[in-house]
Amino acid sequence: MAILGALNPMLSVGLDGDNAWRLADYVKRGGYTALRRILEEKLPQGDVINEVKKSVLRGRGGAGFPTGLKWSFMPRSFPGDKYVVCNSDEGEPGTFKDRDILRYNPHSVIEGMAIAAYAMGAARGYNYIHGEVWEIYQRFEEALDEARAAGFLGSDLLGSGFNFDLFAHHGYGAYICGEETALLESIEGKKGQPRFKPPFPASFGLYGKPTTINNTETFASIPYIINLGGETYLEAGKANNGGTKLFSVSGHVNRPGNYEIPLGTPFATLLEMAGGMRGGRQLKACIPGGSSAPVVPAAAMMDCTMDYDSISKAGSMLGSGAVIVMDETTCMVKALERLSFFYYEESCGQCTPCREGTSWLYKVVHRIEHGKGRPDDLDLLSSVTTNIMGRTICALGDAASMPVQSFIKHFRDEFAYHIEHRKCLVPVDVQRAGSGFFTATV
Amino acid sequence: MLTSESLARIDREIAKYPADQRQSAVMAALAIAQEQQGWLSSEAIESVANYLGMEPIAAYEVASFYNMYDLKPVGKYKVSVCTNLPCMLSGGVDAGDYLKKKLGIGYNETTPDGLITLKEGECMGACGDAPVMIVNNRRMCSWMQPEQIDKLLAELK
Repeated sequence: MAILGALNPMLSVGLDGDNAWRLADYVKRGGYTALRRILEEKLPQGDVINEVKKSVLRGRGGAGFPTGLKWSFMPRSFPGDKYVVCNSDEGEPGTFKDRDILRYNPHSVIEGMAIAAYAMGAARGYNYIHGEVWEIYQRFEEALDEARAAGFLGSDLLGSGFNFDLFAHHGYGAYICGEETALLESIEGKKGQPRFKPPFPASFGLYGKPTTINNTETFASIPYIINLGGETYLEAGKANNGGTKLFSVSGHVNRPGNYEIPLGTPFATLLEMAGGMRGGRQLKACIPGGSSAPVVPAAAMMDCTMDYDSISKAGSMLGSGAVIVMDETTCMVKALERLSFFYYEESCGQCTPCREGTSWLYKVVHRIEHGKGRPDDLDLLSSVTTNIMGRTICALGDAASMPVQSFIKHFRDEFAYHIEHRKCLVPVDVQRAGSGFFTATV
Repeated sequence: MLTSESLARIDREIAKYPADQRQSAVMAALAIAQEQQGWLSSEAIESVANYLGMEPIAAYEVASFYNMYDLKPVGKYKVSVCTNLPCMLSGGVDAGDYLKKKLGIGYNETTPDGLITLKEGECMGACGDAPVMIVNNRRMCSWMQPEQIDKLLAELK
């Protein structure tokens, strides 16, 4: 895979697959100039944070929280240990952008984290990398060695007196560790079970110290913001939605892959960049922000532009930018069954509503899919979701509930047909044609 | 129980964390112990715990929480197939079925010769490459059409 296409890109400029990820290549692309300038000019920390605020960079991991604001929560004059942590535990079904950033542009993440550490007065950082992408973890460790040898990490960075060292920590197969406090628990060598908030990580984070956690793509965007200036970065996107973003397009398109586009680009343009619908079939629905985001039916999706506000107006979330495209061959009950199984598997078990509720959701959707649905099952599902949502420590319970609610809301007839006729509205051979082995036409 | 080579690797992991936070290296240390032994026995978990100065039960909690650790012996090769929705839309389920048929086993089973264990995995973060599978937690295999699966199986000996 690679970053297959881009419109006015920043993050993917000058990348050349596996040939241009090393330090020398990054420096040739203008890498580390932002960090160097900040250190040489001894830019006040507040100025760096203000530049990020001006860019209106919003967290690229899923929540879309303004990054500059998050950074300003850190008690940067607090004299003790402080940490910056990168969340590369990319396991939200549909999302595979951070893998490509770490693979093809790892130094942009290192530089972004060093700038963040400077701005927040942190001396140590960790990048938590999804255990399944082992080759990427190894490459990132190599990139760290390069950066250390060149004086971009370690003590007294480029003779500035500023110290920052960064290490890679790998996950080992737990979706929940993408939740920031579960991730911190995991770095501490424990089960990845989310913590109660407050206290928030900015006051009580890794090892109980002030900590800021951002997504890989968020950190990777920082050098570009410092170099271009916050305002120019903002203008590359649209109001309240600064910059460009990587979108991972998967499912029924001809060219699944990552695409970097300015926020505010029409969905239709992204779909076209991804080679259009497979086999010329009709779009049925799209999950625009990773599996936890509510599904959006075709017509509403075609009216969307790809930015936080437009997708939110359509009743969903931009989330991590994982665009799962489903065509007319898709059985929505089966699609939901697989997603519900995922949340049931990945619930950490800490909160009863989520532990028990995700099991109920999966079992009920499973029986509907397998011709054993009962007339009141849709009401039952709805009641289970409302009894999970808002009653758990973290957002996994909500993430499991939102697909169930939105699939039933938009495709209720299909679920009702399954229950009444004990079979699928979409003939099995049509489904097979859609979801069988497929070779991308790159 | 842990070889000197494994211990040297674990030491490198411990050095990533503050001196009083050796437990932070437990995930990496368990992964190293599993690489050495092929799976994680209670003895292996206990020796990792002792080396890091933590309670064995705390190390066991970690080993049983994360699904890439194998607490029972597996075949020489463990092949995990992603069947989650984005992969399913591009043949992930078919890839799993193809493997089951070829190997004559189901998920969570091992071929009689002890060579291959088949697992159904969760999102591996590579949905654009579907179908995807991972061999022994390390090697990601992309675009696994029947021809590529045959080639992989021929290679795993």
